[in-house]
Amino acid sequence: MSVSALQNIATSTAEAPPAPADLPKRNYLRSMRANVDAKVAQMLYEDMCLGRQFEDMCAQMYYRGRVAGFVHLYNGQEAVSTGIIKCLRKDDVISSTYRDHVHALSKGVPAREVMAELYGKETGCSKGRGGSMHMFSKEWGVMGGFAFISENVPIALGAAFSIAYRRQQMLDESADQVVVCFLGDGASNNGIFYEAMNMAALARLPIIFVVENNNWAIGMAHYRSTSVPEIYKKGPAFGVPGYEVDGMDVLAVRAAARKAVKRARAGEGPTLIEALTYRFRGHSLADPDELRAPLEKSAWLARDPIATFGEYMKDMGYSNDYLLKETQKKVRALVEDSVSFAESSPEPKVEEVGEYIFADGYVPEPEHFSDEELHQYAV
Amino acid sequence: VERTMFQALHMATAEEMERDPTVCLIGEDVGHYGGSYKVSKDLHYRFGNFQVMDTPIVENTFTGMAIGAAATGLRPIVEGMNMGFLLLAYNQIANNAGMMRYTSGGQYDIPVVIRGPGGIGKQLGPEHSQRLEAYLNAVPGLKLVACSTPRNARGLLKAAIRDNNPVVFFEHVLLYNLKEEIPYLPYTQAIDKAELVKEGKDLTVLCYSRQRHVAVEAAKRLEKTGLSLEIIDLISLKPLDVEAIKKSISKTHRCIILEESSKAGGVGADILSCVIENCSDTLADVPTRVGAKDIPTPYNAKLEEATVPSVEDVMAQVMWMMTPHMVAKR
Repeated sequence: MSVSALQNIATSTAEAPPAPADLPKRNYLRSMRANVDAKVAQMLYEDMCLGRQFEDMCAQMYYRGRVAGFVHLYNGQEAVSTGIIKCLRKDDVISSTYRDHVHALSKGVPAREVMAELYGKETGCSKGRGGSMHMFSKEWGVMGGFAFISENVPIALGAAFSIAYRRQQMLDESADQVVVCFLGDGASNNGIFYEAMNMAALARLPIIFVVENNNWAIGMAHYRSTSVPEIYKKGPAFGVPGYEVDGMDVLAVRAAARKAVKRARAGEGPTLIEALTYRFRGHSLADPDELRAPLEKSAWLARDPIATFGEYMKDMGYSNDYLLKETQKKVRALVEDSVSFAESSPEPKVEEVGEYIFADGYVPEPEHFSDEELHQYAV
Repeated sequence: VERTMFQALHMATAEEMERDPTVCLIGEDVGHYGGSYKVSKDLHYRFGNFQVMDTPIVENTFTGMAIGAAATGLRPIVEGMNMGFLLLAYNQIANNAGMMRYTSGGQYDIPVVIRGPGGIGKQLGPEHSQRLEAYLNAVPGLKLVACSTPRNARGLLKAAIRDNNPVVFFEHVLLYNLKEEIPYLPYTQAIDKAELVKEGKDLTVLCYSRQRHVAVEAAKRLEKTGLSLEIIDLISLKPLDVEAIKKSISKTHRCIILEESSKAGGVGADILSCVIENCSDTLADVPTRVGAKDIPTPYNAKLEEATVPSVEDVMAQVMWMMTPHMVAKR
């Protein structure tokens, strides 16, 4: 029972305690975890390791001058990407922010292509045109890294609109895909997030808003920028159910994601998930990260999602120290392979700098009419 | 058949929605209300509330939504109730519609049409009298098209919808009720080709949108003085139809650029540099511009009139351009 409920009982013994809906709900989902078998657990663990090791490698390559630009690493938040995206199908769509490498990896984009993109090579998933903040893969349903805060929200909304449109307007039964829109606590202060939730609820679009609340919008603390810091509470105001999950616990995230995906696939509408998490590194590799208190950092570091989940796997008898180490090795080989692939890939040709700007235009041709159509016009 | 421009646009929209079920209309009051200039009147009866979607008043969200939908297989038409409102959606138009195909390495086509009424109307005040073409001209990846008659409105809008790229389609508030005989059966018109409105031999007027009609009127009046103007309606503001411009100027050797945008940073400046870069070998004189003043459009009718290029302004400019020529002849 929460503190305010206790206070309530203490002050008014005669009245019944307030309805559960009125109680503050921070933490209430923390006990809800998905049940997974050994195979799935291994898959989740591997994916989180891949995310972590890839980002560490990315930092190395950045400091060696192989990777340039603004590079934002995902360390610490792996449980969110893995927990959500590993509930999706290949044809589902995600839309991400500038912190997008790991989302792309979880969705299935080969590490080689992501690393090559960071290198700016022609073999990169965006052909070297996008870079760190713009990972795209149509094949794997990764609709973007977007660099501006919350600009990906309406784009994701559009993808969800497309799906709902195909299902409801064009009566395409196979259109049961789901869209996941990732955003941060900083983006949750932007109006477009609320506009999109309103529209998603109105049209019951199959979209899941996942707010990765890592407490910091560069140097702006969440509690300094948001009057009501519980972001998940903002969904119900628009008719979007909101859930809060422990973003450091992959199974808790997975439990919420499954619920939301099921709802979206069934055509019941959008869901908002707020995952409480933390980034272990600075905002970007250019950020010295001097603002955040060491104590705060170490408190979160102690809850490292990968280490915690490793312990869980051992407790469950799914794995042991040796096997976990083997997994780490396997992932390391994959990441090293991505680097050598990126190193040996060709640069885009300079004469093709203008490639990809326009698709083929429409060239007018005489209209052809069937007799039936002509008849319609005659009437 | 005789149709007004809003009817022609209505025809084009309905025809394309009928022909291709992925074509949909998104915007404020496009459905039940029928669109602020009745371009989509009653279409929701025929196509339903999904294909003709009324949205809340959220320009950046519904524009972004249309772009996202375009990237995932639909061909949305976004109606900005007034073109100026789309300034609120500038990030989506510029960063997403304009650049997403390129940043994704060509993976996502964005076949979206963003259209709406713009230009200086009758005493609508500064915010409703905006001409966005100059703002959008600087965005890579967009095609800018301005229609000017019922005939080209229908053909161009249909072609713009079928184009696989983001097209911003400019309509002019004062032209919606313009009437013209147009073909009964559907047709399309190339969105990247200029229209030769009137042939002439002394001077070329490069113009677009409503200014086309201003130029035609000026040409009519100047005919009495023996001057013959060639009028080119550019249609496509980006990319410019350089061939058509070159061809005309190689004949007339003189050129005036006529626009309703302000001269500061307007598309006219771009057209002027295009003319100088491409036609300097055939130009007999430096090309000049006639454009609106670089001020917010005032409400007062007389002040408003003073900011927009008028027929007299065009005539005066033509006379000024032709004067040294005439003097030399004498």
